[in-house]
Amino acid sequence: MTKAGIVIVGAGEAGARAAITLRAEGYDAPLTLIGDERHAPYERPPLSKATIVSEAAPAIPTIGDAAGLVGSNIDHLTSVCVVSIDRSARNVALSNGRALAYDKLLLATGAKPRRLAIKGADAAVYLRNFDDSLALRGHMKAGRRIAIIGGGFIGLELASSACALGCEVMVIEAAPRILMRGVPSAIADIVASRHRAAGVELATGATIAGVSRTGDHHIVTLANGRKIEADCLIAGIGAAPDIALAEAAALSIDNGIAVDGRLRTSDPHIYAAGDCASFPHPLYNGRRIRLEAWRNAFDQGAFAAKSMLGAAEEYQAVPWFWSDQHDLNLQIAGLVDEGRETVARDLGEGALLLFHLTDDGRLAAASAVGPLGKIAREVRLAEMLIARRARPDRQALASPDVKLKSLLAA
Amino acid sequence: MADDWVDACAADDIDEEDVIRFDHGARTFAIYRTDDNVYFATDGLCTHEQVHLADGLVMGSIIECPKHNGRFDFRTGAAKGAPVCVDLATYPVKVEGGRVFLNLG
Repeated sequence: MTKAGIVIVGAGEAGARAAITLRAEGYDAPLTLIGDERHAPYERPPLSKATIVSEAAPAIPTIGDAAGLVGSNIDHLTSVCVVSIDRSARNVALSNGRALAYDKLLLATGAKPRRLAIKGADAAVYLRNFDDSLALRGHMKAGRRIAIIGGGFIGLELASSACALGCEVMVIEAAPRILMRGVPSAIADIVASRHRAAGVELATGATIAGVSRTGDHHIVTLANGRKIEADCLIAGIGAAPDIALAEAAALSIDNGIAVDGRLRTSDPHIYAAGDCASFPHPLYNGRRIRLEAWRNAFDQGAFAAKSMLGAAEEYQAVPWFWSDQHDLNLQIAGLVDEGRETVARDLGEGALLLFHLTDDGRLAAASAVGPLGKIAREVRLAEMLIARRARPDRQALASPDVKLKSLLAA
Repeated sequence: MADDWVDACAADDIDEEDVIRFDHGARTFAIYRTDDNVYFATDGLCTHEQVHLADGLVMGSIIECPKHNGRFDFRTGAAKGAPVCVDLATYPVKVEGGRVFLNLG
């Protein structure tokens, strides 16, 4: 039996979690975790928030500090890229000239921010990694004018952080409203009102005609002729899965590296997990989806580890993510666009919970916004109902007096 | 010491199989009631990322952090798997005259 071991490409949440899980499950052959950054693996959710706004110099939010990577005999290579995969020889070539053999290979390459294809926007700042976050922290000084292109989660979380630091913030969004992708309008409206109340200007339906720059002075000209001046230009216009290696190795690609229910690619020795992978979801008739979310990366990293060790289960965790903006928490469980009918539950204190039901009354998704303490439990319970393919009574869902926990027992 | 008992809340301030937040001085705690009316107390903040556990969900004897689903057994404070790996501190609880007291000594 060969013991070349397992090689993991990408030391983000999915890759690091896979490495930790492999060791926790007793895998004792060579294990290499390859990251192109200089840092130990770290969590990304704080990068748009705590890392930027913390008064003290931010510490890197390392993954698995106590029981994970340290002392687990995981060979973590930093500042190294994998340049190619030789599938027949089962090895990868590294940017430092080395080659590494594998028995199993996990691609956890993540996603990369989409770049603005606008002349003059070359100095726009993007957020993906810890160093990007430190750069943004440097830009967001009180009184500075910050223009953010993109009213999605990254753009809005950065708007919230900039606002907290006393910046003058403008968000420019081409779509008619913020959070167009995957967030119901009733929820997005509450988020938009909160931003406006905090002094953030949201320019929606705004097409950019041009961007110019003199030193640190940026001017964004909108199609309607308005000129927006800024000391810092930030772009958060989505991310694309990093599929370059997989594509060059002729693995199946379908909105990301295509994997099966066990997170295997079209090569049985190669797996993929996290932001880079698209997978069939059994809760939604096998619909192929790709998620860019902390929880998905965490869950799939651990799942891929067990799958590589022979587990036969299919991945079926309910998609779930959260966002923090100002004092609001937003959470979505399931796929909102699978719903045909919406039932609302007023949680009080301005918190709103929406249930999204399919034609035949199955709970497909739940979305909520409000203080964390008002919504977190309810969305978690809804997530359990979604996982059980529950068909809850509409009136019970709408009534705040009916505990969701009681519906779980039904 | 007897003097260390702090009157935290009324016993029925907490629903069955639920949790509330209790602040005392500069410290914050979570107080739990099981579905068979036994009370427990732990530190309030998750050991992973400083999120208050009173915002989380109680299922049986498990409290789940509202952000990352880190789980603890609130009877013992034991961390029940990633991403949490550090146990929670627990505190003795007694119920007298319909009030819940915590021993923070």
